[in-house]
Amino acid sequence: MYGLTDNLIVQASGFAFGDAIAQLFFFFILLVLLRKFAWGPLMNMMKEREDYISGEIETAEKSREEAARLQREASEELKQTRQDAQKIIEDARQTATKQEKDIIASARDESDRMKESARQEIEQEKEKAVQQLKDQVASMSVMIASKVIEKELSEEDQKQLIEQYVNEQGEER
Amino acid sequence: MDHEAPMWNEAFGIPWLSFNLSNVLMMFVASLIVFILCVAATRNLQRRPKGMQNVIEWTVDFIKNIIGSNMDWRTGKLFLPLGLTLFLYIFVSNMLGVIVTGTVGHTLWWKSPTADPLITMTLAVMVVVLTHYYGIKLRGSKEYAKDYVRPLPFLLPFNIIEEFSNTLTLGLRLYGNIYAGEILISLLLGLASSGFLGFLGATVPMVAWMGFSTFIGFIQAFIFVMLTMVYMSHKVSEDH
Repeated sequence: MYGLTDNLIVQASGFAFGDAIAQLFFFFILLVLLRKFAWGPLMNMMKEREDYISGEIETAEKSREEAARLQREASEELKQTRQDAQKIIEDARQTATKQEKDIIASARDESDRMKESARQEIEQEKEKAVQQLKDQVASMSVMIASKVIEKELSEEDQKQLIEQYVNEQGEER
Repeated sequence: MDHEAPMWNEAFGIPWLSFNLSNVLMMFVASLIVFILCVAATRNLQRRPKGMQNVIEWTVDFIKNIIGSNMDWRTGKLFLPLGLTLFLYIFVSNMLGVIVTGTVGHTLWWKSPTADPLITMTLAVMVVVLTHYYGIKLRGSKEYAKDYVRPLPFLLPFNIIEEFSNTLTLGLRLYGNIYAGEILISLLLGLASSGFLGFLGATVPMVAWMGFSTFIGFIQAFIFVMLTMVYMSHKVSEDH
């Protein structure tokens, strides 16, 4: 196109009144057509979007409030639950402590009792053994003595004598 | 240097009626481009815009802002289609002369229609007449008439002169800017087609000037619509 332009383009326009009419005509037609085919649908769409967005914002606002409410409730519940759990643990701990003490106390009692009874038994056995030993020693002594001295002594006298010796021996030890 | 306009004098046998056919052609082309662009952009409208729809919606918002900065939106939305159509039509018209300049033989066919004073004046007069029309329609003829003696009665002649000077500046500003752009482009084209060195020398300023002309074309379309809305708001707003 530029090649066609060999020199200065000087506008040689006269006063063409028809141009004005044509301009008005074209502009008017353009205005009407665009209003019908372009601006109308476009404005509708923009309006619809505006409505849609404002509706969406409203919905979002509502669901935000709802969510905040639910969260409040949930945290309330959680707090409550935590308190309950704390209480249960506390109770369990107290019960356990009490039981522990009971068990320890009863075990101690039991062991004390057993120790006591064992001690008594030992004591008895010891006494019994000592007694037996004493009796045996006495009778053996009598036998030995009667064999050694071959002297007739009344059993009473012998016994008395033996006991006396034995006691003396025991005291010397 | 001697490009002629393709005139059609005494059209339809009416002696005072003549057409510059190049202007008529370019008006038609500009209108057609605007129409096709807008219709193409607004086919297949989505709630979530993409591609062309974004561009056209940006344009709508742009014009909305221009109107909103001058008047109440409740009145202003009435002028949105006018503003949009004016803006796109003037912008495309301005661009037509920047992108391509075409002559056939010695006849200048392809140029910006807005590089013709008559056409820009027609648009300006149309706009000003519309402001008067809407001024009367929206506020009543009494309020409209009172505006001529506001704020003080002795300002009446100035108010009347202002109407004419507004019209004149509105039309001639657009014409002057675009016409100057075309003149310089055609000068550079003349240089470019004068020879190899001329072509080399003209390339850089040509590119720069075409970029600048694009900018000017946008700015002038914006200014035209802005002033349209300013004048409109003078006529239709209750207080100013």
